[in-house]
Amino acid sequence: MLKALENISAFYANPTRFMKLAARLHAPLWILASALLAYGLFRAWHVPEDYQQGETVKIMFVHVPAAWMALFGYSFIFFASVTALIFRHPLGHVAARAAAPVGATFTLIALVTGSLWGQPMWGTWWVWDARLTSMLVLLFVYLGYIAIWQAIEEPTRAARTAALLAIVGFINVPIVKFSVDWWNTLHQPASVSRLARSALHADFLYPLLIMGAAFLALFLALTLTRMQMEILRQKLRVRRMSAN
Amino acid sequence: MSVFWAICRQHMVLAWRGGHTTLAFAFLFIGVTLMPFGLGPDLALLQALAPGLLWVVLIMALLTSLDRLFQADYEDGSLDQMMLMPLPLELVVLGKLLGHYMALVLPLLLAVPLAGLLLNLAPAHLPMLLLAMLAGSPALVLLGGIGASLAVSVRRGGLLTVLLSLPFYVPVMIFGAGASQQALAGEIDETRLAILGLLSLASLLAAPVAIAAALRNAVR
Amino acid sequence: MTENTMAKPQKFFLPNAYPEPAFLKLESLACSRGLRLLFEGVSQTLKAGEALALYGANGSGKTSLLRQIAGFLPLAAGTISFGDTPPNAVHFIGHADGLKNALSVGETLALDAALWGAPDTTTDLLPLLGLQNRAWQKVADLSAGQRRRLALAKLYLAPRPLWLLDEPMTALDTAGQELIDTLAGAHLAAGGLIVASSHMPLAFATKELVLGAPA
Repeated sequence: MLKALENISAFYANPTRFMKLAARLHAPLWILASALLAYGLFRAWHVPEDYQQGETVKIMFVHVPAAWMALFGYSFIFFASVTALIFRHPLGHVAARAAAPVGATFTLIALVTGSLWGQPMWGTWWVWDARLTSMLVLLFVYLGYIAIWQAIEEPTRAARTAALLAIVGFINVPIVKFSVDWWNTLHQPASVSRLARSALHADFLYPLLIMGAAFLALFLALTLTRMQMEILRQKLRVRRMSAN
Repeated sequence: MSVFWAICRQHMVLAWRGGHTTLAFAFLFIGVTLMPFGLGPDLALLQALAPGLLWVVLIMALLTSLDRLFQADYEDGSLDQMMLMPLPLELVVLGKLLGHYMALVLPLLLAVPLAGLLLNLAPAHLPMLLLAMLAGSPALVLLGGIGASLAVSVRRGGLLTVLLSLPFYVPVMIFGAGASQQALAGEIDETRLAILGLLSLASLLAAPVAIAAALRNAVR
Repeated sequence: MTENTMAKPQKFFLPNAYPEPAFLKLESLACSRGLRLLFEGVSQTLKAGEALALYGANGSGKTSLLRQIAGFLPLAAGTISFGDTPPNAVHFIGHADGLKNALSVGETLALDAALWGAPDTTTDLLPLLGLQNRAWQKVADLSAGQRRRLALAKLYLAPRPLWLLDEPMTALDTAGQELIDTLAGAHLAAGGLIVASSHMPLAFATKELVLGAPA
């Protein structure tokens, strides 16, 4: 099984072959993402009103999957960086770089929707609850990662530095989560997770999972598209250099 | 082993002569002085906030010094030489970090009681605060070194260093400042101190390896 | 005493100071920077007492080759074999001299001794480097030629079989160039190896390699 995976990944290490695969996956992935998104939003909209939170509970159907994708995104970057740095797979760097702004955007969506969700209940636009605070720190992690790609001019050095950061930073994420949770239990403020708990039962779970799948498909579609763009950009750069 | 102490000594001498220690002092006191202007001169309020404020200003003073950790060596070719010295790069890095700690952090810790005075912090409040800072500051220097080494090849990479180091600082900050709240009660919370010590120990084991990897990458 | 009278360095370079047999073998080396292939198929063998001069236009990869041998830059292809293994077998003197401006000459030499694991021989070294009476002077106040000579101190302090010199004659006056020649001669006589890049002919070189295809 592992050998088969190795062979597949080695096969697609060649950018041209990868581009052929990507071209075939591109349209189906986007169609799947759009379909799931449409269906998920439809189901979310028609969910019965929560007796406590009314209509605003429906923000949960965007907030929670976005938070899932924020965490998934960083794990994706971590594994892509490991693949690139330790297994020396050339597309790992491309994948990590492509996924970063996508993950960052999902994090931002999670933060904004979290704030919007809580505002009617708490009366303020922001609370330092455990989940939102962890999301905020995660956003900074993403921004730091993206900043490396922009700040370092030489592409191979930028790639390796970014990969190093991703790997070292990955260990930090659970530590931050643990610290923030601990910090938060002292203060017992209004909490996004408490809002979620009150709303979660079967009627809500199914649309939530659909939205989760939709966001995952969206993440993959966006990342794939960005990978294609990056490879095309590299080809252009090589062509320009050999023309001189 | 004398190589290790030589590296440490060199960094300390350069930090002192380059004015970094003085700068850090100045930053600490200016920062603390600005607080009452922003928060109002109510002494009770300042005292309640003092431990947390001192942690923040300590961290910011440290952050401003971080990009000088490896940048000068990268620019003048010393980094190449550090790789050829008869000591593994990880230990050379540790020597520099120790030098940075002795030249910058220890003097700041000595200044904290005086700075605390400006915020109406009484002597009874100091033991826990200083112990927490002592336990957590090695982690700050080590983790800051990771950010500094990743950004070393970037011109004017100070801001990038800060951005990269901040997520690593969050856990230390949380436990450190939290410990300091106990300071106001005059108690010593051993659990928090232990966690801070653990963070510092973990950084001590992990950071030099990560930093050496980042520096080897920069030197290519 | 003028700077032109530099003492002989022989006492620092004893015969058989280096483990036998010292040799350097480069086989089919290739180097790429970013997306560009700088050179490929570079092969050379150096035995004890031989010095290789690297010639080539700017950007042909002379510095990169030196950095590959030093271990800073990975190899795109090929192998490098030593009689001994780096880092403890190599001295690298590059364009950047690695000197600290805020230190004095004497402090630099004392620190160099400690950093390279050697006893402090500052008083002996100062006349050898042509820096007598400058022990108290700050490195920042030295001329370019004096700085380059100070950067050579580690060659005396820590005996290592392979010297990698990147354009060693830059910024040196006649006396400084003579110093390099004498140093190199003593090192080679003691059984050492040198690889040096240069734009002008090097007196101590026994072999030559030109990088970069003709235009």
